[in-house]
Amino acid sequence: MQNAEIKTKENMEEIHPLENLLRMDRIPHIWCPGCGIGLAVSAFAAAMEKANVDLSKVAIVSGIGCTGRVAGYVKLDSFHTTHGRPIAFATGIKLGNPDMKVVVFSGDGDLISIGGNHFIHAARRNVDMLVICVNNFIYAMTGGQVAPTTPLGAYATTSPFGCVETPFNIPYIADSSGAVYVARWTALHIRRLTNSMAEALNKRGFKCIEVIAPCAMYYSRINKLGDGLDMMRFYHDNSEVRNGEDTHNLDLAFQTKITVGKFVDRERPTYTDLYKKWLSELKDKNREG
Amino acid sequence: MKADSKNVKTGVYCVDGDVASGYGALAAGCRFIAGYPITPSTEAAEAFAQIAPSAGALFIQMEDELASIAAVVGASWAGVKTMTITSGPGYSLMMETIGFGAMVEAPFVLLNIQRAGPSTGVPTKTGQADMMQCRWGSAGDYEIIAISPDSPQEMFDYTIKAFNLSEIYRCPVMIMSDECVGHMTEKVVVPAANEIDLEPRRFYQGPADGYIPFKPDKDLVPKMAKAGDGMRLYVTSQLHDENGYPVNGSNYKRAFTRRLVDKIRLNKHRIIELREEETDDAEVVVISYGITSRVSARGIEKAREKGIKVGSLRLVTVFPFPDERIAALAEKVKAFVVPEINYGQIAYDVERCSAGKANVVVIPHGGSGVHQPKDILDAIEYAAGEDEKIKGIIEQKTLLERKVFQEGYVVRE
Repeated sequence: MQNAEIKTKENMEEIHPLENLLRMDRIPHIWCPGCGIGLAVSAFAAAMEKANVDLSKVAIVSGIGCTGRVAGYVKLDSFHTTHGRPIAFATGIKLGNPDMKVVVFSGDGDLISIGGNHFIHAARRNVDMLVICVNNFIYAMTGGQVAPTTPLGAYATTSPFGCVETPFNIPYIADSSGAVYVARWTALHIRRLTNSMAEALNKRGFKCIEVIAPCAMYYSRINKLGDGLDMMRFYHDNSEVRNGEDTHNLDLAFQTKITVGKFVDRERPTYTDLYKKWLSELKDKNREG
Repeated sequence: MKADSKNVKTGVYCVDGDVASGYGALAAGCRFIAGYPITPSTEAAEAFAQIAPSAGALFIQMEDELASIAAVVGASWAGVKTMTITSGPGYSLMMETIGFGAMVEAPFVLLNIQRAGPSTGVPTKTGQADMMQCRWGSAGDYEIIAISPDSPQEMFDYTIKAFNLSEIYRCPVMIMSDECVGHMTEKVVVPAANEIDLEPRRFYQGPADGYIPFKPDKDLVPKMAKAGDGMRLYVTSQLHDENGYPVNGSNYKRAFTRRLVDKIRLNKHRIIELREEETDDAEVVVISYGITSRVSARGIEKAREKGIKVGSLRLVTVFPFPDERIAALAEKVKAFVVPEINYGQIAYDVERCSAGKANVVVIPHGGSGVHQPKDILDAIEYAAGEDEKIKGIIEQKTLLERKVFQEGYVVRE
């Protein structure tokens, strides 16, 4: 996103390569220097092109928070909803208009804390949607408060003596709740993340991609981890790609190894599949009766 | 436009108010109900779940009320008519997203079969204590429409009307029913489809590049598009301009919020529906809504037998509130009697409109039951005999409360 902005300014006459996917009239965006959310958005925009989907049939839904702003910068049918509810809202869009492809793009606090219940239930139902969860380990929009993803011992403004709660392992929740596609990448793995998003966009069912992203303004500053670039260096030195790894083993501790990869890729009938099947059986029965 | 015959279960039924509302929703063309079970509203959800699939509609039981209302607003923007069903505690949970629905001008209907509160209260018994919550419950300024049916037939009829109003004004429409009406079984006539008038959604018809999502028509309501139309909509819970883009300016806030409330307030003469009986020469007018109007009828009858000139004003639409009509009546009547199954909610609006011109006697009821006709009669007799103008609201205890609280409360000075 940073690069995208500079390019536009330098070459005003030229069309930005992502212009049909981003709301250029909303740029510059609100994200801080060193933030990883823009990278996730770039990867998403590239994945949209790669997956070759009909852009007029894609809805993007966000909740509240830094990542909650994503829907507003992406030029699709964009919905910026209430805190924690994007997955439930997206369920309504999908069932109201089953032709839509639905993407939920939001943060760890929005999707896993206040919206945690919707996350597990949409996965259980296997509602056809792609959930992209940017995990920056903290509530950044509100100023660096502790999150259910904050690693044990890490500092946050509301855990000034270190976080005493065990964090969630997001891929494990998604897997055990029934998601058909589960992956985790960092904001550094831009190519792999893009491929993963493109793959998930063309898969049916509840898909979840966790994107570990630097929050250079709060998480990094409070924990003395340097700037955004330092955090990216950390990802570079400490990420290990382990495709197919058991999601049990994906706990994240403070500044230790980050296991990334595609962990789950399976088939399961979606909510709509089962509903249609049940409905046709019902009609057959009625005919017999 | 007329209702679609595949949605209308034409016939004569003996069903309760909840079921009638479920039938009404389908007849109105509702395609999607998301709900979470809560007594005493479950029969409405069950009825819809039973009849919806054959008409191509869908009921989904969500994980909670927060999800139900969010899915409803989502489905509304996906272009379908939609509703949710709940009662008091679930209604409280829905509040935030009701405000979101009002903010993004999503048409949807909410059926609240009120029960006795506060909190979990008495799940199986009646109450009317959510009336102010429906008006003011969510954060910030917005307007909703609230309807209060008093019979299973009306539950059918006014569910259809609720859908029509929500499509015209693009706002949440609340059916503020109660356990008595919801669980009351009476004859319900479902007419033929061609006898049911429906309001279609106000879809924008025109080129995609000419569409301004929140630019209002003359009646202050904007045209709607739906997800998947290729409009690349931007719909946000934040304060937004006509394009739907977030704005921070205080001038814009005033303009936008003004339109959000004015689209209901300035159209209220088209929305409000009242039932008036014998108010022309009345000394006392009983103002009631929902089940209290059924109970009041007997009290009013008895008072007339005694020669008291008493009229009845029933609020079929409770909000927007009929300020002008009550103010006009206050000029000529001695008093209003307001029975309600709460400790005074609508009575305060009546007092505001009365503005000291007529006395206001509230008969509060704590819920779990309804007033006795004698409660209404006593209040009418008192109101007719009171010649002094009394400031504020006069409280008339029910017979039950007079029995329970014989000594009254001891108020520590």
